[in-house]
Formats: sequence, structure tokens, C-alpha cells
Amino acid sequence: MSGRAVPHKLSLLWTNYKKNKAIYWMALPVVLYFLVFKYLPMYGAMIAFKDYSIGKGIWGSEWVGLQHFRDFFESYYFWRILKNTLVLSFYQLLFGFPAPILLALLLNELKNEWFKRSVQTVSYIPHFISIVVICGMVVDFSARGGLFNTIITFFGGTDTALLSDPSNFRTIYTASSIWQELGFSTIIYLAALSGINPELYDAARVDGASRLRQVWHITLPGIMPMIVILLILRIGGLMEIGFEKIILLYNPNVYDTADVISSFVYRKGISESAEFSYTTAVGLFQSVVNFILLLGANRLSKAVSDNKLF
Amino acid sequence: MKIKTTPGERIFDAANVLLMLLLIVVTLYPLWHVLNASLSDSGRLMGHSGLLLLPQGFNLDAYKLVLGNPAILSGYRNTIVIVVAGTALNLAFTILGAYTLSRKSFMLRNPIMLAIVFTMFFNGGIIPTYLLINNTLHMGNSLLALIVPGLISSYNLIIMRTSFQEISESLLESARIDGAGEIRILLQIVIPLSMPVIAVMILFYGVGHWNSWFGAILYIRDRDLFPLQLVLREILIQNSTDSMMAGAAMGDREAIGESVKYATVMVATLPILFIYPFLQKYFVKGVMIGAIKE
Repeated sequence: MSGRAVPHKLSLLWTNYKKNKAIYWMALPVVLYFLVFKYLPMYGAMIAFKDYSIGKGIWGSEWVGLQHFRDFFESYYFWRILKNTLVLSFYQLLFGFPAPILLALLLNELKNEWFKRSVQTVSYIPHFISIVVICGMVVDFSARGGLFNTIITFFGGTDTALLSDPSNFRTIYTASSIWQELGFSTIIYLAALSGINPELYDAARVDGASRLRQVWHITLPGIMPMIVILLILRIGGLMEIGFEKIILLYNPNVYDTADVISSFVYRKGISESAEFSYTTAVGLFQSVVNFILLLGANRLSKAVSDNKLF
Repeated sequence: MKIKTTPGERIFDAANVLLMLLLIVVTLYPLWHVLNASLSDSGRLMGHSGLLLLPQGFNLDAYKLVLGNPAILSGYRNTIVIVVAGTALNLAFTILGAYTLSRKSFMLRNPIMLAIVFTMFFNGGIIPTYLLINNTLHMGNSLLALIVPGLISSYNLIIMRTSFQEISESLLESARIDGAGEIRILLQIVIPLSMPVIAVMILFYGVGHWNSWFGAILYIRDRDLFPLQLVLREILIQNSTDSMMAGAAMGDREAIGESVKYATVMVATLPILFIYPFLQKYFVKGVMIGAIKE
């Protein structure tokens, strides 16, 4: 970099500003919003390396280096919440990720347009119901004598309080998430499907390809870029299980399988105690691992196929 | 071109239709169950077990209790304020961002865009955000805390920017030659041409505000300011239906409490289910615009 490059750029910017003043002023509130509400918290995350107290403020609190991270890695909770987060994510990946792809493929094979649209319309509905209401229904259906137990006893099982048993939590969490998001998640694949050239199918039919072979050789490759991109995003979120649903569904009886990183941060940082520095460190650990996973998945995908997120 | 179907294909088609019908049943039955339970006579509901294909008896008392509950009413009022004011502000800010970042003559647009996309994948975390809003900005215990921190969703901004970029550059250029300023171009050309994407944004932001509750448990302490979803959480998850049944005899409370929960679900969900069919075509479009770009 030569010393003259920077002043030169600045003068270019100044000329550009004078020509487009209105644009710059219109962009200002947007830039301010992102600075204050997205970038200031990143600066605030510095308290993960400090012993933060509200009185001394972020800058005035004492540095403690990696103390909070060390405490976390050595604590009893570390393995529990890491395992729960990863197992729940893995369930979501294993069952929740392929389900909408499969449904989109099946919808695509329906011959009757009206029936297809009706199935879609119905399947999108749960997406718009609030998570509080969904969890309220799940809690009610899981109680003794509730709907789930009615079904379980019909098949010869016993009537138990399902949400008090740690071994059920993951199933209930994953199944209810799929129930809510399955239909809505197909939209993006259906959009990709509609972009496939219909002549490809005609040509395949002339060549005598069966429906299954058409799906395998035309439909799937057609939506593959979309699948890969969504998969990269999924992997970048492996460490991130949303706490909203966890907090609504769990209770201390099932912490062994239900407590994840984000719910732990919420409990120790806000609802039960106020260990701000410690929980910020835990949250930062989660964000950084996530970000690394995202970059890794993106790079891997670039290497083995041409699909990439950025 | 019509091609004869093989028996295997016909079996597949039939199985596929059956599977889709099953999907419809599995999706709708829980809602149907709740609807029937909310309309049932609470005494008969307690004694009933098994699927509820129709209401057990017919009784609207639960709805009377729910709609007469001051907490639900004030929750509704707060939520409506948040949805209307929040969505309007979301829209204004997202339009400003999308418009300026879609202008090719704006030299800073790429660096700003990069900085925005970065925030989609990395953030400071819930605790620093909480401290900023609650302790630094002192927004705690006001509806502002539920509106301002989420003014712009980066994802929605990208969708809208993509849609603005499709407007022909020469159209905007000729308006500029005629002496129109940026604000006039935005208000009189870009926005009128972008009504479909604006409808999508209203839907996405509006439903988001309607359904959100977590911001409220973080920042709102005053019960009068609770949005609807927080009231619902108390009734549905924490089981506090007692306040609504002060007059009921002890033995009836459990029974009535159940119906009240079901009626609450209905009261909170019906508005969305009613407007849903009218908006469906818009959100499908919105997801598709987002999909094309990313």
C-alpha cells in the first residue's frame, strides 16, 4: 500500500458524497442502527475477558484474561450443555433437514394442481402459530391423560407425564419442530423446483426414463445448489439451538437432556442469577465455534462442489 | 405429451396421495382438537378421553372468561400497539436501507452490505445485548425495548434490496434528469413499483411482532405492558388460570382451567388463521425472492 492511496480514496469518497448527499443522509440511520444494536454488543462482549460490574462499566472493570472460559470448560455443566446442544442439533439435522426436501419431491409428483395447492396451504399453517401457543399445546398434550398419552395407551403403552422424563425431551422437541416447520421449509425447494426446465423431463421420458430415474437425474440435481447452501447454513448453526422453545418446554427434571448452551446462558445470566461476564464468555464460545463451523462448511463445499454461500 | 403409466407408478401415485392426506390430518388435527375442547362443556371434557372429533356438549363459558380477562385484553392492546408501530418503523428503516444499498452510485454500498451480512453470522451474544438495552440505553420496561432493537432484519433487508435492484436504472435516471430528488424518486417511483415486496415485509415483520415474547421477558417488568404472548405463557405453560376463575367452586376449577387454556389458544391464534389465506400468495413470493439472491 502506498501512502498516497488512502488520501486518494478519501477524496474520491468526498466527491462521491458531494454528488450523492441525499443517499448518504438516508443511509445514516441504517448504519447507526447496525452500529448501535449489532456492533456495540460485539464490543460489549469484551466483558467475557473482564470481571464486569455494572458500577465500573465495561471499560473500567478489571481484566481477568481467560479465567471465565477456563471456569466454564472445567465446570460440570460444560459437557452437559455441549452434548445436549450438539445432540439436539444433530437430531434436527438428521430428521428436520431431509424432511422438507422429501415433502417437496413428493408434492412435485402430485398430478392434481388443486390438491397440491391445498396440501401446501394446510402445511404452511403451523409456521404462523406462535411458539408460545405451540409449546402450550405440546405441554398440554404431553400431560397425563393428554392427547399423546391417549395415543400411547391405545397402542398398549402407559400413561405418564411425558415432559418430566428426560428420555422423551429430544423426541418431543424434534418432532414438534418438524410439525411446525416442515411445510413452510418446502417453499424454498419448490421455488428451486419451478426453475427446472420442463423440456428436460420431456427428453427423459422420450428416452424411456422412469419417474424415479427422472427424480434422481433431473429433479435432485436441479435443487442440489439450494440443498447445499441450506446445509452450510445448518452446519453454521450447529451450536445454536434456539432457547425460546427450550425455555418454554423444559423443567428442572429434564435439564439432563434439555439444557443447552443458550438456555444455560439465559438462566445464569438473566433469569436466576446475574453472572454477566461468565455467561458472556459462554455465549462468545458458542458464537465463535459457530462461525468457524460455518466457514469450514463453506470451504468444504467449495472444494467438493461449486456451491458456496460466499 | 401423454404417456401410459405403469402399474408401479399408479401404486406410487395412490400412496403419495394417501401420504399427503395423512399429512393434512396430522397438521390439522391438533388444532381441531383444541377448537373442540375449547367449545366443550368443561365437566364432560374432563370425563372424556380419546380423540375429540366433535365438541363434547357445547359451552362458550371458557371464551367468556378469556375475553373478560383484563390481562388478555391489555395483552391484546399492547401487542396491537407493538405490531402497528413496530411494523411501520421496520418498514421505514428497511426501505431506507434497501434503497440506499441498491444505488450503484453509492460508493459505500459494498462495505456496508458486507458489514450487515457479517452480523447475520456473528453477534455479540444475548448478555451484552441485554446489558446494552437495559443498562446503557435504559429502554427496560418500555415497549420501545420490543421495537427498536429489532428495527431491521438483515434477511428482510436483503430481500427488499434484491427487489429494488430489479427496477430499471434508466427509469430512475430519467427522473433524476427531470430534477427529482432521491426522496421523491423513492416515494413516487420505487415504493409504488414495489408493493408486492412491501406486502411481504409487512407480513414477515407483523407476524414476527405478533408472535414474539422473549424480548418481553427480558425487558418488561410491568404487568400492564405485557404483550399477549407473555400472558399466554402464564396461562398455557405456567398454568395460572386462577385469576380468571375467582368465582368458581374449588372442584370446578381444574375442569374450567382446562377449557380456558384451549379457549386462550384459539383467541390468540384465530386472528392469524383468518388473515392467513389472504396473505399466502405474498409470503410464498417473499421466500422466493430471498431464495433467488442467496
